[in-house]
Amino acid sequence: MALLQISEPGKSQDPHNKKFYVGIDLGTTNSLVALIQNGAPNILKDKNNNELFPSVVNYSKASVTVGKPLDIEDQISFSSIKRLIGKGINDIDKDEFYSPCKYHGDDNILKFEVFDKLVTPIEISSEILRHLKNITESTLDGNIEGCVITVPAYFDDAQRQATKDAAKLCGLNTLRLLNEPTAAAIAYGLDNKEVSKVMVYDLGGGTFDVSILSLDNGVFKVLATGGDSALGGDDFDTLLADYIQNKLKIDLDIKKKYELFMYAKEIKEILTDNESVNINLDKIGIKDKELIISRVDFEKITDRLVKRTLEISEGVLSDSNLSTQDLDEIILVGGSTRMPNIKNFVKIFFNKEPLSNINPDNVVAVGASIQANIMSGNSSEELLLLDVIPLSLGIETMGELVEVIIPRNSTIPTSSSKEYTTFKDGQSAMSIHVVQGERDIVSDCRSLAKFTVNDIPPMLAGAARVRLEFQIDANGILSINATETTTGKVTSVEVKPSYGITDSDIEKMLKDSIDNAEEDIKNRHLKEAAVEGNRVILAIKSALDIDGSELLSEEEQNEISHAIENLEKKLKGSNKDNIINAIKSLENVCETYVERRMNSNIQKIMKGTDIKEYN
Amino acid sequence: MAITITDNAADRVKTFLTNRGKGVGLRVGVKTTGCSGMAYVIEFADEIDKSDTVFEEKGIKIIVDPKCLLYLDGTELDFTKEGLNEGFKFINPNEKARCGCGESFSV
Repeated sequence: MALLQISEPGKSQDPHNKKFYVGIDLGTTNSLVALIQNGAPNILKDKNNNELFPSVVNYSKASVTVGKPLDIEDQISFSSIKRLIGKGINDIDKDEFYSPCKYHGDDNILKFEVFDKLVTPIEISSEILRHLKNITESTLDGNIEGCVITVPAYFDDAQRQATKDAAKLCGLNTLRLLNEPTAAAIAYGLDNKEVSKVMVYDLGGGTFDVSILSLDNGVFKVLATGGDSALGGDDFDTLLADYIQNKLKIDLDIKKKYELFMYAKEIKEILTDNESVNINLDKIGIKDKELIISRVDFEKITDRLVKRTLEISEGVLSDSNLSTQDLDEIILVGGSTRMPNIKNFVKIFFNKEPLSNINPDNVVAVGASIQANIMSGNSSEELLLLDVIPLSLGIETMGELVEVIIPRNSTIPTSSSKEYTTFKDGQSAMSIHVVQGERDIVSDCRSLAKFTVNDIPPMLAGAARVRLEFQIDANGILSINATETTTGKVTSVEVKPSYGITDSDIEKMLKDSIDNAEEDIKNRHLKEAAVEGNRVILAIKSALDIDGSELLSEEEQNEISHAIENLEKKLKGSNKDNIINAIKSLENVCETYVERRMNSNIQKIMKGTDIKEYN
Repeated sequence: MAITITDNAADRVKTFLTNRGKGVGLRVGVKTTGCSGMAYVIEFADEIDKSDTVFEEKGIKIIVDPKCLLYLDGTELDFTKEGLNEGFKFINPNEKARCGCGESFSV
């Protein structure tokens, strides 16, 4: 008979209709699936007892497989596709990126020429997710009803949207995307504890990430992130392999070198539990080459890599304006943190015993599965876990200034709206430019989307109103509605974030906003003065067109046009005070004109009307 | 009338209850559904109703609704491994027929 698992009270599932909610750690090197069974998180194993599934997608003419490349010809394999998801062609460092085939693309997305079709990183990631879905559903004999997928904390809107698209493409319902460090903190149950500042030290196979989280009333905020996308366990293996090669004075071809590298990985893992290991290169077909390596040797060889991770961690800590004493917990994530000296160094450096009792390969998936279980309603726990947006969202206003609509670190889901008005008389359309970033000037922020609100009824400047509503869902994905308030017409707006930004860009954007705060304020004042100057010129010119010659002498008209010219000249410069002064002198010159306009308008209105009506 | 539990199953239930951090015992029962009439229910129990029958077996409280007990009398609860899967199994002498997949049964 079918074997049963214990359910939560009242949540027993009907036969033949089993539904599962899983957490997916979609990793750069490996991916995992976890789910809550019998009240506790379990990592899913396939029929060969594997639980780490390589994030490698292999295309051949006939089929697509996920996992180790098959030993066949005419095969194109993609690994580390996570580095490319949500990126455009200009986001790629061509020196560092090796593509297995021809590729092209635009600012938003890459396209690989795989045999006779074009494949995007979203589709490639989707193959990995499809593979995980198939393993899960065949092992558990049921359907995945919903999943929580983890993403790095520094992933921007485009990368998150692309990850969600990849899930959608293979028919997975994403309940939400969860930040990897947040998932690790959930796995350790920190969301229910009295902690406020947590450092997550994540050393994987090929990447190193550090995040500082702050926890406040069940809300995780990412205070700072940092890392090195080219530092991981593989670098430890390379150093060890080089050491062995030098020590034994052997020449190796590329194939043998790779074998030695794989052997070095094995040695590294043995040294986690043993003080020393006898190396015999017989194993890779080289005779009479033997060596004993102790853990101490290994630690000496790789010392600089460990030091580098600590330097980065310290930098991130100072970015978040914290010191080591402020940290309540440190969590170790990633298989490479099994190396005993990592734990020791972290402990000594931060003077705190790091949390490491959950398998560091699994901890992110475990956290995601706990979150998936809560969101599915299967758990009796009532926890509302929130995330925050990493960068502010706003729109461009006149003068290329940014007006923030949803500030950075707002908890999501959230929505916020603002009303905007027209700048010119009779303006019938409004162009909306959505940007992301912390700077005051549009060109210093990242452009997310542009769209136009059409069919605004012709009205005086400032009379027409467009209401913009920003909504961010639980995944940090943005949608915008623009309503023209006089007609009530809603412009159907689909915001497709322009794909592509690197994590270092995000960091840089945050840092720049602090470094340039003073300059930004100056710039803002200058731009504001310029907008005001242009507005005044526009208003006076349109008034002059109507009744200038009627109400003013030629001399007076000349005086005004001189003042306008002066202001126009000052607007081209970059001195805020000069502009403001020019505006003032223009307004002074126009004073009599404004009075006369007022009088003549009143006369026009009052003409032929009994004075008594005005009492 | 009684329901029993094997050592192996009792150990597992204890572990799961400890991991879960709360719960007074294990609720078993049946519900009418599935392709052959009925399906077994096995859940953590957070409370015991007045009308419930409770069997204390090997340190585990097995909680059953009296109506369900009619279908389950004499059942032994086991925990086994079959191929990849491991889980609980009801060995129920009242069972007359079972659907092909073994997920539901009739008495």
